[in-house]
Amino acid sequence: MIALTINGKAQEFDVDPATPILWVIREQAGLTGTKYGCGIAVCGACTVHLNGMPIRSCVTPVQAAAGQEITTIEGLGNAVTGLHPVQLAWIAEQVPQCGYCQSGQIMAAVALLSSNPSPSDADIDTAMSGNVCRCGTYPRIRKGIRTAAATMAATREASSGDLNNG
Amino acid sequence: MGKWTRRAFITTGVLAGGVLAIGVAIRPGNRSSKVAGLVAGENESLINIWLKLGPDNTVTAIIPHAEMGQGVHTTLAMMLADELDADWSLVKMLEAPAHPEYANYALARGYTLGDKQFPSWLLPTVDGFFLQATKMMSLQITGGSTSTRTTGQSAMRIAGAAAKAVLLQAAAESWGVPVSELQAKGSHILHDSSGRRAPYAEFATQASQLKAPVMPRLKNPDEFTIMGTDVPKFDIPAKVDGSAVFGIDATVPGMKYATVRAAPVFGTRVETVDSESIQAMPGIRKVVNLGDAVAVIADSYWQASQALNQLPVQFTQSADESRDQADIYKQFANDLDAATATGKEQTDFRSGDTKAALANANRTVLAEYRVPYLAHATMEPMNCTAWVHDGLCELWLGTQNPLGFAAEVAKAIDFDIQKVLVHNQYLGGGFGRRAFSDYAIQAARIALESPYPVKLIWSREEDMRHDHYRQASISRFKAALDADGKPTAWENQFTEKHDPVEAPYIPYGIDNQYIHFTESKTHVPWGFWRSVDHSLHAFFTESFIDELAVAAGKDPYRYRHDLLAQATRFRDVLDLAATKSDWDRQLPDNWGRGIAIHKSFGSIVAQVVEVEVVEGKVQARRVVCAVDAGFAIHPDGMKAQMESGIAYGLTAALYGDISIRRGAVAQSNFHDYQMLRMNEAPAIETYIINSGESLGGAGEPGTPSIAPALANAIFDATGHRIRELPIKLHDLRKSNLEAKDVA
Repeated sequence: MIALTINGKAQEFDVDPATPILWVIREQAGLTGTKYGCGIAVCGACTVHLNGMPIRSCVTPVQAAAGQEITTIEGLGNAVTGLHPVQLAWIAEQVPQCGYCQSGQIMAAVALLSSNPSPSDADIDTAMSGNVCRCGTYPRIRKGIRTAAATMAATREASSGDLNNG
Repeated sequence: MGKWTRRAFITTGVLAGGVLAIGVAIRPGNRSSKVAGLVAGENESLINIWLKLGPDNTVTAIIPHAEMGQGVHTTLAMMLADELDADWSLVKMLEAPAHPEYANYALARGYTLGDKQFPSWLLPTVDGFFLQATKMMSLQITGGSTSTRTTGQSAMRIAGAAAKAVLLQAAAESWGVPVSELQAKGSHILHDSSGRRAPYAEFATQASQLKAPVMPRLKNPDEFTIMGTDVPKFDIPAKVDGSAVFGIDATVPGMKYATVRAAPVFGTRVETVDSESIQAMPGIRKVVNLGDAVAVIADSYWQASQALNQLPVQFTQSADESRDQADIYKQFANDLDAATATGKEQTDFRSGDTKAALANANRTVLAEYRVPYLAHATMEPMNCTAWVHDGLCELWLGTQNPLGFAAEVAKAIDFDIQKVLVHNQYLGGGFGRRAFSDYAIQAARIALESPYPVKLIWSREEDMRHDHYRQASISRFKAALDADGKPTAWENQFTEKHDPVEAPYIPYGIDNQYIHFTESKTHVPWGFWRSVDHSLHAFFTESFIDELAVAAGKDPYRYRHDLLAQATRFRDVLDLAATKSDWDRQLPDNWGRGIAIHKSFGSIVAQVVEVEVVEGKVQARRVVCAVDAGFAIHPDGMKAQMESGIAYGLTAALYGDISIRRGAVAQSNFHDYQMLRMNEAPAIETYIINSGESLGGAGEPGTPSIAPALANAIFDATGHRIRELPIKLHDLRKSNLEAKDVA
């Protein structure tokens, strides 16, 4: 049995330790938002966070994540729990087309913004060039990241303002 | 998106909860009379099954097309809602079930009206409808950029307008006032002089008893309130939180997982398979020999794929195993030579006397181009979940043709078509690939041998190597120029013609034209690929016209402009792209610009590309795109489709190369079939012309122009003419190009 915490929920899985995390998430945990695209870590559709860092779940054996925290697109936010600013920006900029790669794109963008809150175009290129979009939504992904960065900055400013005032 | 439950599927027309399906009551009960009515030009049947009005005043548009990112679920609902004068915030959509009642009547209607823009590749299928009505029952295609201009124009708008007419009439009768005194607005009926106002829902039951007008009045563009606006798309929220269900996400209780390996050389078969050798591996359920492929079923996809990798399979031999890509190109060249030598050319288009004009030319220009096979490489690999139970075969998948798939699967497993139920999901990319039912047939045949539901997933490698490919082709040109450099003759010879028929035609005023082709079949399976034949012919014709401009010593934009004097709609689009790009502006060192224009699926698209070539590395920096699709129903959606078509075409132009090695596809995954990525994506500006001409498509027309515009820009930057795609095959380093010049 391998223990994983997925989206804050501790679970145990009876799987071959070499199984890529992707298939455990999709088939055992039943979270299908994370996608299979290439199986060799070159398209980014399977991107999830392991302890907050983006990984390619299609090539990462589940054993490597034993006892650790995985966040998938479902754990990022939804209409009930509230959407993440990146998800809101994706709606505002009408980013997705077919939508298949977008869970991975969003997870990569969230990881970028948490390590670099105001990325330059070159930073965006570096962080996002591992994620393929066959519908070519790149210009909108770029806009979405800028929009999300601005909202997150405004939120930070507002909350630091609150702290200063308090 | 909304989904039909089985119950709704079976009981269409008897909807629960007081929901009224407008028109169900007026639908002719007999399907064949509906067909007869269509052929006779009566469109009564068109208004009947496309919208529901709920007691809470919500309107549900029923959309008979698949959503694959092109926004059709939203665009078609907009067309219906606008004619209905509905309150957009109360409008929802439901994808129509794969059911004969939802076959593409609108496509057929467009055909009866002689729509010249109708994609010719659909004609044989549609033709079958008129000859044999039963065949029509399987036509539910999303492709050919047809949804808006056929279903939208001929079904959605008419349904909305007809429903509004009966609601107004019901209100007039109910209130005892002339219908002329009533107004429909925001899903309410208004009577100004009495101040009365009531929701549509109040008159729904009464309206359903009325006969809807056969030819309801449709709005003029200046009356549109929803069409022409950028409403948020219905499908987007589910695509940002992981809740959108694609084919690969379908979950059926108790299902197992399968994956396949098909015989690598097209046309060969499984000779032997040693199933026993993997039986002991964990989770393995079964090996299924499908004849031309083997499948392994296991408790998880990973187990199935691990076992398949180790499964010893022998395939039969084939003469095609001696063939490489170079042999295929050699065959094309030989076949073209032979056709010329024997005069056995298949004429595509002819005007004037090309031979005489070439003989009298001041100057002739020759060029030969070639393009490779291309795979679709949808982000979601092919997959289908199938379950055979209780005499039924249920399928969960993403398809561009649900009814067609039902028919083809039924035939393959010898089931009645009524017993094959297709549950269409979101498509993780279509681009033409999901119009081919091979993966659904495989899944059904595997399920036929399984007591449980089976989810079949193709590996990326399988998806890459068993696609239906855009054809490779060679195209040769010969042109005559007069003393001013103006072309007086245009001769074009190419291999293999598919669709649409007009793909190689040019808009330019050249008196003598001879366009002809030669079939040169190979063992590589062909398929519709975003924009189909336009994807290659725009590259050929728009590169060659550029070469003529250069030969004439003219500016490539102005040369085209002058040749479009009689084709003003084209000229306007060309001018807009050139103007918006600031065509004459000085570019930085190592940059170049190129232009191209092409019409496909009723829409004219011109693109200007600015490219930077440094140390041989090509980087498209900026694309300015102008499009005239008649009218943009959803302008932002139109822009999104142009951006998408450009990225798709740019990927192919730079990298796209499926090559045959020893009879099989050499490429296998995204490392050797490269994709355009974020760091390579140009800035794109799209400008829309609403010319008021017939509606054109949006999903495909953005693709054809980009390859020639880029190639022309590379010529401008480097002096090197790209006559073979992809561009990655060319060494564009200055040192190499200079060495070539010396040689």
